[in-house]
Amino acid sequence: MAENTLAIELKGISKAFGPVQANKDINIAVPKGTIHGIIGENGAGKSTLMSILYGFYRADAGQIFVGGRLTAIPDSQSAIRAGIGMVFQHFKLVQNFTVLENVILGAEDGPLLNTSLSKARKVLEGLSRDYELDVDPDALIEDLSVGHLQRVEILKALYRQADILILDEPTGVLTPDEADHLFRILKGLKDQGKTVILITHKLREIMEATDNVSVMRRGTMVATVKTAETSPERLAELMVGRKVLLEVEKKPATPGKVVLKVDDLRVRDEHKVERLKGVSFEIRAGEILGIAGVAGNGQSELLAALGGMMRATGKVTLQGTDLPLSGKGSDGQSRRRAGIAHVPEDRHHYGLILDFSAWENVAFGYFNEPEYQKNALFMDNDALRDDTRRKMEKYDVRPPDCWLPAKSFSGGNQQKIVVAREMEQNPELLLIGQPTRGVDIGAIEFIHKQIIALRDQGKAILLVSVELDEIMSMSDRIAVMFDGRLMGFRDPEETDERELGMMMAGMAGKRSGQGEAA
Amino acid sequence: MDRLPRWADVALVPLVSLILAGIIAALVLLSIGQSPVEAFRVMVDGALGSAYGWGYTLYYTTSFIFTGLAVTIAFHAGLFNIGGEGQAQLGGLGVALVALSLDWPHWTLALTAATVGAAVFGAVWAGIPAYLQAKRGSHIVITTIMFNYIAAALLVYLLVDVLRPAGQMDPASPRFPEGAKLPALNDIPVINLIFQKAVPANVTLFIALAMAVVVWAILWRTRLGYQIRAFGKSEPAARYAGINPVFIIMVSMLLSGGLAGMMSINNVMGEAERLLQNSSEGAGFIGIAVALMGRNHPIGVVLAALLFGFLYQGGAELGLWTSIPIEMRIVVQGLVILFTGALDVMVRMLLTRAFGLLRSQKLGAA
Amino acid sequence: MDYSTLLQILDSTLRLATPLLLASLSGLFSERSGIFDIGLEGKMLAAAMASGAVAFLSGSVWLGLLAGIGASLVFAAIHGVASITFRGNQLISGVALNFLAAGMTVLVAQRLFSQGGRTPPISGEARFNPVTLPFAEALRDVPILGPLYYEVISGHSLLVYAAIALVPLSWWVLNRTRFGLRLRAVGENPAAVDTAGVSVVGLRFAAVAITGVLCGLAGAYMATALQAGFGKDMTAGRGYIALAALIFAKWRPVAVLWACLLFGFFQALALRPDVVEAVIQVKVPVPFLDALPYLLTVLVLAGFVGKAIPPRAGGEPYVKER
Repeated sequence: MAENTLAIELKGISKAFGPVQANKDINIAVPKGTIHGIIGENGAGKSTLMSILYGFYRADAGQIFVGGRLTAIPDSQSAIRAGIGMVFQHFKLVQNFTVLENVILGAEDGPLLNTSLSKARKVLEGLSRDYELDVDPDALIEDLSVGHLQRVEILKALYRQADILILDEPTGVLTPDEADHLFRILKGLKDQGKTVILITHKLREIMEATDNVSVMRRGTMVATVKTAETSPERLAELMVGRKVLLEVEKKPATPGKVVLKVDDLRVRDEHKVERLKGVSFEIRAGEILGIAGVAGNGQSELLAALGGMMRATGKVTLQGTDLPLSGKGSDGQSRRRAGIAHVPEDRHHYGLILDFSAWENVAFGYFNEPEYQKNALFMDNDALRDDTRRKMEKYDVRPPDCWLPAKSFSGGNQQKIVVAREMEQNPELLLIGQPTRGVDIGAIEFIHKQIIALRDQGKAILLVSVELDEIMSMSDRIAVMFDGRLMGFRDPEETDERELGMMMAGMAGKRSGQGEAA
Repeated sequence: MDRLPRWADVALVPLVSLILAGIIAALVLLSIGQSPVEAFRVMVDGALGSAYGWGYTLYYTTSFIFTGLAVTIAFHAGLFNIGGEGQAQLGGLGVALVALSLDWPHWTLALTAATVGAAVFGAVWAGIPAYLQAKRGSHIVITTIMFNYIAAALLVYLLVDVLRPAGQMDPASPRFPEGAKLPALNDIPVINLIFQKAVPANVTLFIALAMAVVVWAILWRTRLGYQIRAFGKSEPAARYAGINPVFIIMVSMLLSGGLAGMMSINNVMGEAERLLQNSSEGAGFIGIAVALMGRNHPIGVVLAALLFGFLYQGGAELGLWTSIPIEMRIVVQGLVILFTGALDVMVRMLLTRAFGLLRSQKLGAA
Repeated sequence: MDYSTLLQILDSTLRLATPLLLASLSGLFSERSGIFDIGLEGKMLAAAMASGAVAFLSGSVWLGLLAGIGASLVFAAIHGVASITFRGNQLISGVALNFLAAGMTVLVAQRLFSQGGRTPPISGEARFNPVTLPFAEALRDVPILGPLYYEVISGHSLLVYAAIALVPLSWWVLNRTRFGLRLRAVGENPAAVDTAGVSVVGLRFAAVAITGVLCGLAGAYMATALQAGFGKDMTAGRGYIALAALIFAKWRPVAVLWACLLFGFFQALALRPDVVEAVIQVKVPVPFLDALPYLLTVLVLAGFVGKAIPPRAGGEPYVKER
């Protein structure tokens, strides 16, 4: 491969955040006019590497060659000048600006806005014609759907005349249909001679869309191969470093009587927008109901309403008793007393107080438990610490130091602390959202086993995950959520990713009302 | 970045902040043509050089413990209560109304009732902004600032038009009855062996110290304190855990306002023995510096209050014996808040770098 | 109340609203860039002292004005370093600087003039004197409008007109220029600005510097136009009222003008309790009139008079996320 055919070449890139070595001596070469995938688990260092390429972080060591020339990229301005554009996982858009204003921000022509805006309007028209990137230039960002927001981000990069486009986990928030549209756009860009770098942890996307793929594991570059010459199994093995057990071992469920009955549950958010538009389902004892869906379709609101974090309307009964959905008795404390445990989707925001020690976090939500009280006035911190040590040992939390603040544990160990706290309360119903997000493989297997074990004790479990694989392997029944509604129920044995994907895009009609209840 | 050792984080950071504030203060003195060394000598002499000086220093310390604890407890709930000044003034009103209400047979009864009065009035004045924050999302920093000004206006009105006895010129309440007179340190057996001259420091000091213990116990030993601290660290997480935000905001601000109000037992009942205009004399604001300097821990607050007590008595001595204006105290107060509160990241960075250097030198030597 | 009394009150409304307007517009720039500033009071005070002192010593009000702006900029710079460079707590930094200003102004004034922390009275060229607008004399006798023009609109110092001119100028800068676009963006989502290759730190420092300059004007107006010289704590909470006006106006320049005129009107009323009593037939205590702007701001904050939503990134130091 001749030098001048490379769009990007990185040599010996290293970057550390404090004690964490995010990138170790990374080498990678990306040929011009190709779609290059970078795959790896959460925390493998993909995003860090690309942020270095975009000048968002500075590398501790290493060299960057753009188009064969050694290029210093100390800031994003330099990256943009070098023809690099980036679409971040979390969009960097100003909410109360129009599309046009967002596009020109930082790339204005001259100190007055009028000329920049009219020029950008023309350029945008051309770009949306060429690449299927149609968005209303005068729409406010806060009014657009995620699919459109992503197009705005791509337009921003193209407006800056980027030749190399980096996309970080672009499909995490898209429906399969929107994702297809995105890949069509990327193919179009490639045909125009642009280079695309696609960061993802989804094997399917790599296989479908890329020409070459590089695999990262724990901050190092493990391999770069032609996509056509590899297989998903081989890539998975490279990602994890050993053979992966994608199947979860479990016995068939033996559902008992109905534990949770939800009828016409509706939730409005703070802006009075209806997020949950009448959801009904049941969960039986000894059963896992998995809720599949693209993030942002009402799953978070479902968990929040059941967990007592958001007010709702409708009817929810737990073991025959009505649960209040607003006002008195609808808070998290009452829910816990009623026998609902809740592992929240976002442990950093909800599940833990990061500055609190492990033992203080074990009382989080359960500070009123009689076993943690010394008398009417004071808490029994010694008892709490003993209890924490026991839980840390049982769930193999490392390091097993109950005085350590939660923020000092790794993602997997933090999640184990939350899971231990919630499961050890012996709940009737467990709400568990994204149980393995940002968790290492070892901890994933452990947490999955614990969930199955709880089910086998005859508890009801509501599992919400955006990882379709997790939903398919864990659930006894699957419901798909789209736009605040359940699209239908499926038996995991009788469905496949294609069908679920269609439902997640809101395409499939109802086939059965209540799974086996129908 | 390397982490600082825990002892350095707890002790060294505030100490270095204090030294930096001291250096700037010294430069300020030099720039107005005064000798910092001489000024410091006068301050130490006047504030700590005699039992009499200590009597004043401890008097100020008492007030600052209350207001420092007030800011501390609100800080733990994630609330910045700048309204300590207004709450203290309202507390003074509570003390005056109680003290003037009847002819008290014994000071212990008067003290108990006045403490309740001070706390209730201070709590109510903090309770309104708290309610507005909890229920209507009004930013508590701005509302408590506004309530300071409203309190000042209210007290001017009451002292001029309502409480002032006929024929009296200055806007102040009548003198409190004899039975409401609190024992000063020089009136208390055993302690009066040390304090032989009349000093303003009084029994309220012991209430202040007791309150430090109470605040510590509430914050770190009770469910309420656990909820306050959790809420202060993360509001969304607190909602997940079923902690009632309205309850926590209200309770922590009521406690905060109550503590700020209680400082008025010290100055209004213990010293002036009548309610004057601007009775709290900025002690409510000093609570902010005390809480920041004391790292929001009652032990730290007591130590920082002592430091500021020294600064206030020493500053008064400066005004008396030198041509340095008494406003020097406010300068130092501003500097301490700046370094301990707003520039703590800078101090931490400096220290972390110093520790890194020390470590690499040790490695080099080994 | 007769027409001439009304004109008098409107005249003092304009005079009293000017420092509020300048300070409020100054705060607008800082806060729209995401840096909260409760240190307007301190910056005004520092500027008032510096301008009063230099105007007295040099005899030139323009040098005084420059000194005022300089002093205010120093305080703005400290606030910038604390809250932008070191990502400190912006509220605490503001409180600290207010105390620092309250103490330092007295110390310096006492050192310079030994008059109990005030500057000697200034007059003549050392002050901003009233400007009579064209045709004011000629139109004076036109019924209704003539006196209005002569009494209320004409006859103020230059800074009053400058303050009013700053309102449309601020609006234009914010909404029609590249700088304004970036400034608003950095207050809403600094990450968007950063990834677009524009320096968040640079923009925020620029905004804080503008705040310094405008607050300097506000302070200089206090000492060299509204009053003749600096006096201890002469701003008397105006920085906080300006902040209140900014919130009342929901961080928009034109609304800031109305808010400041309203609060200026209350202050003018507090100077004339007799008029208030004559109009509403009840004796109103002066302290109540003094407290009125604060009470009103509390009502606004409580959302009884429209809801105030601050810039989304306000008060949060910008840290690149991992």
